[in-house]
Amino acid sequence: MKILLKTALFLLSLALPWSASAALNVFTCEPEWASLAQEIGGDKVSVTSATTARQDPHRLEARPSLIARIRRADLLVCTGAELEVGWLPLLLTQSGNPRIQSGSPGYVEASQFVPKLEVPKVLDRSLGDIHPSGNPHVHLDPRNIAKVAQVLAERMARVDAGNAAFYRDRAADFGRRWASAMQRWDRDKERLKGVAIVVYHRDFSYFINWAGMREVGSLEPKPGIPPSPSHLAELVEQMKRDPAKVVVYSPYNDPRAAEFLSQRAGIPTTMMPFTVGGTDGAKDLFGLFDDTLARLLAVIK
Amino acid sequence: MQKTSTLALAVAAAVGIAGPGFAQTNDPLRDEVRQLKERTDALEKRVQDAESAANQAAQAGNRPAGENALNPAVSLILNGVYSSLSRSPGDFRINGFVPTLGEVEPFPRGPSLGESELALAANIDPDFRGTGIFSITPQNEVAAEEAYIQTLALSHGFTVKAGRFFSGVGYQNQIHAHAWDFTDAPLANKVFLGNQLADDGVQLKWVAPTDTYFDLGLELGRGRAFPAAAPEGAARDKNGVGSANAFGHLGGDFGSGFAWQAGLSYLRTSPRDRTFQDADSAGIAVTNAFSGRSRLWALSGVLKWAPDFNSTETSVKLQGEYFRRKEDGDLTFDTAAAAAGPQTGAFASRQSGWYLQTVYQFLPMWRVGYRYDRLSAGTQTIGLVDSGALTPADFPVLGHYNPTRNTVMADWSASEFSRVRLQLARDRSRQNEPDNQVFLQYIVSLGAHGAHTF
Repeated sequence: MKILLKTALFLLSLALPWSASAALNVFTCEPEWASLAQEIGGDKVSVTSATTARQDPHRLEARPSLIARIRRADLLVCTGAELEVGWLPLLLTQSGNPRIQSGSPGYVEASQFVPKLEVPKVLDRSLGDIHPSGNPHVHLDPRNIAKVAQVLAERMARVDAGNAAFYRDRAADFGRRWASAMQRWDRDKERLKGVAIVVYHRDFSYFINWAGMREVGSLEPKPGIPPSPSHLAELVEQMKRDPAKVVVYSPYNDPRAAEFLSQRAGIPTTMMPFTVGGTDGAKDLFGLFDDTLARLLAVIK
Repeated sequence: MQKTSTLALAVAAAVGIAGPGFAQTNDPLRDEVRQLKERTDALEKRVQDAESAANQAAQAGNRPAGENALNPAVSLILNGVYSSLSRSPGDFRINGFVPTLGEVEPFPRGPSLGESELALAANIDPDFRGTGIFSITPQNEVAAEEAYIQTLALSHGFTVKAGRFFSGVGYQNQIHAHAWDFTDAPLANKVFLGNQLADDGVQLKWVAPTDTYFDLGLELGRGRAFPAAAPEGAARDKNGVGSANAFGHLGGDFGSGFAWQAGLSYLRTSPRDRTFQDADSAGIAVTNAFSGRSRLWALSGVLKWAPDFNSTETSVKLQGEYFRRKEDGDLTFDTAAAAAGPQTGAFASRQSGWYLQTVYQFLPMWRVGYRYDRLSAGTQTIGLVDSGALTPADFPVLGHYNPTRNTVMADWSASEFSRVRLQLARDRSRQNEPDNQVFLQYIVSLGAHGAHTF
């Protein structure tokens, strides 16, 4: 048996490339944090994201490839607020990696550093898949990105002290560019103020709150419960009384429910990038907000 | 809020620079500027107050206070089954194989409560995590299904588990019954692992620092259950280790949405007086016992597909395992024989079994699945029969037979926390007595959100 194990080890050491890179390995749960980590870390970091814009971050399995990646991570950046509760704990316990366990400097939950919306007053699963800490999709408020950028720079500086100045400089530069982009977005969002919107899942709440829009319904009858024919019929009726200007959905949602409502109620529908990589325009965090605003402004005029 | 404070700062800065210049002249504008400055200062203070109040409120709302704030994650699994079986589960046996005496028989006929499971888990301190999963059987017995601690702080990919845990034999053995894709275990798991093997011991596991997932593990246990011992037999009274299992897995992703994992394991045990029930040639119930060594190889493979790894709408899962067992030792016939005393002879067996199953999620809440089971009784050499002391009719359950089973299922999940399943099977575990089985089952989970194992 021993010989067998040794042989297997030896063969594997030949067959597999041992990733020996000097860069700080950053494992993020969602692409928006990967993009932010890249902005701050530049060429001193190697960033990988567990999910892409095409995947629902609520629903993922602890795939072997993810365990292999988290095993080598020096820094973990996730949203928290129970968004990844179905898979991240399993990855953490199987990783054999103390650097990124909860409570260590290498563990960052972005939602801890921003004020959260929709913290439920009543915790009961009859209300759907609710998050006790509040709505976790915090990245769609650009003010939150600025806050998390500072936290991330400090954590990077802590786990990779040799490059601390580098991370802080880049974070300061990012902060300046972000502030000037926000001036542009603040002008754009004026035209969205008070605009009624129907969402698929309540994952645009932070954007809606920041832009001063008005969420009047969601295609999901309750969070995490797929759209049902009866609920869609109710929405169609509701749209007749109080029409929304636009129906939005994310790249990982099935567009059919949105299209159904769009056709029946005569309201335009559009796919939002939701996160970095969700659309061709959302190549980075700047593109994410540029494209989100552009898509909304294009349909509401 | 941010915009207001930026504005306030800008105004304040402008006033601050311009202030002294105006102060020297006795301009009527001076009072106006001072008033403006006071107003902006007040405004700024209000903004700051509001911001810090909002932050405090947000932080206060984040974490509950009080003694119970650090309670472990608690979840309760409830499940119930309605069974309709063409044969009584009371005489269930898998012909051709040594009975495992585990919980291998189908659910009782009619409505019955399945096992209710209470799970508690939490990080103990920075070094350890603890998990306890207790099952309450429909017979009102409580059993520690799993109860273990696990290290968090070992580096270089090492983790150590200690306590009682599901062994890393094959694939499905480590998954709790409520997360299985079918109502019952594959026949191979029933005959080789007594349904599901959980030993008391330690597990050392190492995950390699490679791009392709690779792990190696070693488990050393007491040998409290089949194949090391019969669960109802005498407790092992010996220092040291009664069972050892070594395993390794490879896994990764390919294409746009394929994930795979392959595993190999080798379980070695030394049963002492592992008893099983049979009937002799006169049809009288006897207890036989095996002592010797048992070696079990398990090869497993899982392949999953979902478009872009997004299983919200649709997904496919293919899963299969192959087991091969060699046993060598002595078989004692009728351990309780009064007249002539028990007879003992050599015993050797080479047996195997496999299953292949696939589950297709065709709509967000709906899945269908098919499973094929096949066992091969292989060769069994019974010394007492070869020597002419006894006849094959004295070991009816060991008579050569290859059991098979076909199973289909369909299930519906209203949410991640509930599932209703209909399963139909034609089970040929008993020689010449096929059993047509219908199960209608619900499985629900209350409390903490369980994690999705691969």
